[in-house]
Amino acid sequence: MAAYQNIFTQVQVRSAPEMGAHTGEADAWRVGTPGFVHWIGRLGNAQIGPIHLGWTGLVSLFCGFLAFEIIGLNMWASVGWNPAEFVRQLPWLALEPPPPEQGLNILPPLNQGGWWLIAGFFLTVSLISWCVRSYLRAKALGLGTHTTWAFASAIWLYLVLGFIRPIMMGSWSEAVPFGIFPHLDWTGAFSITYGNLFYNPFHCLSIVFLYGSTLLFAMHGATILATSRYGSEREVEQITDRGTGSERAALFWRWTMGFNATMESIHRWAWWFAVLTTLTGGIGILLTGTVVENWYDWAVAHNYAR
Amino acid sequence: MALLSFERKYRIRGGTLIGGDMFDFWVGPFYVGFFGVTTAFFAALGTALIFYGASLGDTWNPWLITINPPDVAYGLSLAPLREGGIWQLVTICASGAFISWALREVEICRKLGIGLHVPIAFSFAILAYLSLVVVRPLLMGAWGHGFPYGIFSHLDWVSNTGYKYLNFHYNPAHMVAVSFFFTTTLALALHGSLVLAATNPGKGQPVRSPEYEDTFFRDFIGYSVGTLGIHRVGLFLALSAGFWSAVCIVISGPFWDKGWPEWWDGWRNLPIWL
Repeated sequence: MAAYQNIFTQVQVRSAPEMGAHTGEADAWRVGTPGFVHWIGRLGNAQIGPIHLGWTGLVSLFCGFLAFEIIGLNMWASVGWNPAEFVRQLPWLALEPPPPEQGLNILPPLNQGGWWLIAGFFLTVSLISWCVRSYLRAKALGLGTHTTWAFASAIWLYLVLGFIRPIMMGSWSEAVPFGIFPHLDWTGAFSITYGNLFYNPFHCLSIVFLYGSTLLFAMHGATILATSRYGSEREVEQITDRGTGSERAALFWRWTMGFNATMESIHRWAWWFAVLTTLTGGIGILLTGTVVENWYDWAVAHNYAR
Repeated sequence: MALLSFERKYRIRGGTLIGGDMFDFWVGPFYVGFFGVTTAFFAALGTALIFYGASLGDTWNPWLITINPPDVAYGLSLAPLREGGIWQLVTICASGAFISWALREVEICRKLGIGLHVPIAFSFAILAYLSLVVVRPLLMGAWGHGFPYGIFSHLDWVSNTGYKYLNFHYNPAHMVAVSFFFTTTLALALHGSLVLAATNPGKGQPVRSPEYEDTFFRDFIGYSVGTLGIHRVGLFLALSAGFWSAVCIVISGPFWDKGWPEWWDGWRNLPIWL
């Protein structure tokens, strides 16, 4: 009765670390001596590194570091540079966007949201640079650029929240503050201000795709682990030359719910669900306050609330 | 069209938990089994009850139909059908259907000779559902604390329940759950992208092997978890999202009845800050 269930890697193979597929002149950017971590090897590959630097990577790390420092130092300054108070109040501390009277002024005083704009600028450069990096690495390795476009969908939501919608509303003060509780407060206040975001149909879609993504990954991850005894985790091989692992995975779902994806199409479902989460979410935020003042009233007018 | 080209050789008897060969057959693409029968029974009865409950209501607008739980005054007793009894029966039917579905998955796993990961994963979703409509109402002493079955009515319930604790975003288990949902979706995007990118490298390019997938991720972030590891990571993240969702609602009421922002005063008032 007791059968093998693939949960952790039981036997780990050690050999010389893999230094990566050859990509020509850019290989010199691969740095770091790879190491092995046994406990990570229980779950996946034990090898850490090497990593490819490259200009986009360096720019991204540098700008990301600047943004992180600007945010952190502003928070620290807000408690009078007291280290204990900084730790104690950290979840409540914020770097707020400019107040409403500053409108869309791009050079407000530093303590009137100026630091917020600077941190936002560097964070944006960092994110876009990392996204470009995903494109360049994919091209160098002769891969498709799917990661880049998925990343772009996340950047779309980020830019709507902190850049596009504030411009459409005519004030940086509409943007999200940096900070743990402050950004949660912003989210809560945003929903109340515009008549309950649950009645925003694009918010509904975004949540559906968020939960759907989680459901899909549970289904897909579990299916592949369950059929891994037939080698189904070698997905690219199973796509190009279907084996019994892929067949059993498909039949499991066909017999369970009358429908099955294929080894390739499940990854298209996955990609679209994840990408649409932030794509629809961004649309929902962009319409709020700009096109629709109160989502509850809008829902009543369109016969899905009363 | 019911059979896939390779399907016939997999359609063999055996692997059932209950009933031997009696229910060991397919209807179209669906496997039946003993638990297929119980699933169909509970699902049909529950759906019929929902339609009956809808007919007692004042709207057939699908966005607005709602099957409400009994008033809190009924406590943990059985309520009259029209006053929440339907909700109680639907809850029993839903639980029966979900658990039957999971056991039917177990039979299909056994028949195909594959691991039990999917039904175990599904049991986390069932656990989350049961903690909302059974465990928390039991702990709080009234079925009226369950959520109503309706598209926008359940969203209203989520809103109202959240505001009872002032700002639910401050619930630490809710924070953990939301972080897992976001991380799962990020990981799913990365995994889907990687497999599609290796399989569809562009016109005239050869399909890329996992060696290239590993290289891409080591180049990109310094680590590649690997083709097997990513499915463990994904499953762990997804199940954690469901698990912490269940925790975050079960602790709200039974174990913490004040506003969630107040919970963090414990941190601010730790004696170490002196």
